[in-house]
Amino acid sequence: MARSDVQLMLDVKAGDELSFELLLHKYRKPLVNFLCRMVRDQAAAEDLAQEVFFRVYRARKEYSPSAKFTTWLFRIATNLALNAIRDGRYRQMQISIEAPAGEDEPALQLPSREARADDRLIERERNQMIRGAILTLPEKQRAAVVLHKYHDMDYAEIGKILGCSESALKSLLFRAYETLRVQLALLVVRPATQSAGEGKRHEL
Amino acid sequence: MSCEKISNALIAYLDGRASSDERFVVEAHLKLCAACQERAEEFRRLWQVMAEVPAVEPSPAFDAQLRQRIAEAPKPRLWGWMVPAPRFALALALLVALSVWVGGRQPASVNPQNSAANSEEQFRMIKDLGVLENYDVLSNFDALSDLPASTQPAQDEQPKPQNDNPGSGSGV
Repeated sequence: MARSDVQLMLDVKAGDELSFELLLHKYRKPLVNFLCRMVRDQAAAEDLAQEVFFRVYRARKEYSPSAKFTTWLFRIATNLALNAIRDGRYRQMQISIEAPAGEDEPALQLPSREARADDRLIERERNQMIRGAILTLPEKQRAAVVLHKYHDMDYAEIGKILGCSESALKSLLFRAYETLRVQLALLVVRPATQSAGEGKRHEL
Repeated sequence: MSCEKISNALIAYLDGRASSDERFVVEAHLKLCAACQERAEEFRRLWQVMAEVPAVEPSPAFDAQLRQRIAEAPKPRLWGWMVPAPRFALALALLVALSVWVGGRQPASVNPQNSAANSEEQFRMIKDLGVLENYDVLSNFDALSDLPASTQPAQDEQPKPQNDNPGSGSGV
């Protein structure tokens, strides 16, 4: 029978190194992806993810299962990411979708007529656009959207991770998705609607 | 209900986590409001678009780097729990130093007259030291043998031998 995350962590606390390996194997990818969407750069995200696991390991003796393991894990990750972003450690990785890109990175703009010929390039540019739009969100909105959309967490858990009430979280999410809807209008709005009435879009 | 009022419930309605009451309110509003219908549809499309972004794979060196990080971290010392925190240790040291200092000063400050009397007595003794250490003076000091018996301490249990020859000195 598979052990729960809390039980695995309690076993780590009791000195079972293999249980730590199991938790690492299970949450390495979700954590790296969460942090990658927070700071964009994969190397920086992996560095932060290692710091999260290191802190979990270091705190194993004091672990007490007062919340879900994922809540604890992602709270550590969120705090580390928010601190890193606010400290400016990853400022160079926060980009605007209007900002010029580096040499090895395509500009974040709609696919040009030439690029349409290359499906892979189109896909790559769409992905860059979406990632760029998420990165332009304020940090807390960004964390809320990533946890909600990419980690399928419920409101109670996201609220605990971000330290806000469920109603505050719903408001935060609405504002974040509203910003994304406007920023990614060219991908989101159906062509007929798009051409007919860009000006008809009403803001709350 | 206004568009603004249903906005917070709209996300929960679209992701299927709304309560039955929320669902009822949102559905009723969407039937009447074309703008919110359009917004809801665009949110759905936004989520589809966002889902297109593929997940990244952690680099193969991730686990090895983490293990190295853990291995290189300083191990807690066996008696580490006995070592007090720096601030606590400093406060304790200051408290001990203060206690020693106050304790050392206390007698002088409590009874300054005794201290002055002791100093005077020591000064007098030092002044008479030359006389007290002079053997010739002491051996011919008749006044010692002339002392009346009553000046001997009454509680002295060893009886002093009677000096039969008053003129011969103390016999020291």
